[in-house]
Amino acid sequence: MQATTLHDVHVAHGAKMVDFAGWRMPVQYGPILDEVVTVRQRAGLFDLGHMGRLSVVGPDAVKLLDRLVTNHVAKIPIGAIRYGLVCREDGNPLDDLLVYRTGTDDVFIVANASNKDTVLAWIQQHAGGSKVKIADHTSELAMLALQGQGSQAALQPLVPDLDLGTLGYYKFGFATVAGMHDVRISRTGYTGEDGFELYFPDAESVRIWKLLLEVGAPHGLAPIGLGARDTLRLEAGMPLYGHEIDLQHNPIEAGLSFGISFKEEKGDWIGRSALERVKANPTRTLVGLATDGKRAPREGYGLFDGDDEVGRVCSGAVSPTLGKNIGTGYLPVDLAARLKQSGGTIDMDLRGKRQACNVVDLPFYSRTRK
Amino acid sequence: MRPDDRRYMDSHEWAKLQGELVVIGITDFAVQELCSGNEGDLVYCDLPEIGRRVEAGQTFGEIESVKAVADLNSPITGEVTEVNKEIEDHLEILSQDPWNKGWLIKVRPDAKSLEHLMNAAAYEKHVAEPH
Repeated sequence: MQATTLHDVHVAHGAKMVDFAGWRMPVQYGPILDEVVTVRQRAGLFDLGHMGRLSVVGPDAVKLLDRLVTNHVAKIPIGAIRYGLVCREDGNPLDDLLVYRTGTDDVFIVANASNKDTVLAWIQQHAGGSKVKIADHTSELAMLALQGQGSQAALQPLVPDLDLGTLGYYKFGFATVAGMHDVRISRTGYTGEDGFELYFPDAESVRIWKLLLEVGAPHGLAPIGLGARDTLRLEAGMPLYGHEIDLQHNPIEAGLSFGISFKEEKGDWIGRSALERVKANPTRTLVGLATDGKRAPREGYGLFDGDDEVGRVCSGAVSPTLGKNIGTGYLPVDLAARLKQSGGTIDMDLRGKRQACNVVDLPFYSRTRK
Repeated sequence: MRPDDRRYMDSHEWAKLQGELVVIGITDFAVQELCSGNEGDLVYCDLPEIGRRVEAGQTFGEIESVKAVADLNSPITGEVTEVNKEIEDHLEILSQDPWNKGWLIKVRPDAKSLEHLMNAAAYEKHVAEPH
């Protein structure tokens, strides 16, 4: 079991620690629902030291990644970030990623903790004679996220040389943060709120964590655990590997086409032809489930149309933002379209008891952008 | 030390003799595991109907927190004679008083013995083990 450098700080703060993808991580510091509200209304600080951070650098870096990643890496402007996936030949994903174009021949990748080793091995395996240097920065870099409308005000006092207001959504820059030079700051996140993710030398973790909470206190900045993070991302309709996508669930049917490029100029890439076939003829589609019933959808619950089991729940949560219980699941394409149009419901099976769920488009929640 | 007037299951239910009946609940440890001391994190408790048969070691209901659903296992075989209806709308009772007001069901047991369950000292040892 691995632990981030902030482990003892979390424990001292009263966090409940759980095992997550091989890491001891804080699931909550207080009530999960309160933590969700904190991020939606003010600002939250997350330790994301478990996330995988990799770089691919060299004259062939972009060419190599355009073979392995679903988005068009060559077209990402320097200083911008795109969402993409790494798929097998069958079109099913090994992981989903954020791809940062640091320079012409310099790409930084954030992968899921559970899949980092797989992604690293996959890139190395396909690098062959490519002129690239592949590096794993997970243990040397800290990763923190500030999420929520108070994030910019909370972070700006520590960043003297960059006006965070000039940093656009899914853009990044390098700036001085609390005396550390060249800290990667991106306007990204996994909550559906405005916010930032920071990458800096891990040895500074404890100092920066405490300083951020101190400076951010007037803006309501509070530490938030993985429990609330999961609810926030589900409300915002963002997939989680192992739930909405995995080796049986492709990104087209998951509604992630925005992260997939079929443009000729990208050339062939692993999984392309399989995903082109899915795109032409999808059989199922990921939908939102919303219920006023007492029970929250939970992973694995059967979804029934009358007596027919037509799908299963991928993720579920109690949503304080919507005041409902919500979830995701796959339904046959025709059925999903019919239920969305008619406002009809699907039944969730709770050991023989049924609870009706409305079938809705994702996301459940999207903030109003300025 | 937890009450020694009752017996315990390793899945954190307790059983207490009360005349001809056995009262069943869950321990403070179970509640803590579910909601980490945040009573608002408990969201739902599904209890059986009166008259239903329950089997020792089998599920008789479910309890749900914001992040997890846990089975409620019966320590004994018998018939449900009473259900604590107040729990459904006031899950905080489970955090406040799991030993008395937080009882879940009463069962008329087929055999009135709790000897197959752990005593308080054995249960203390059980929960002290690393999980």
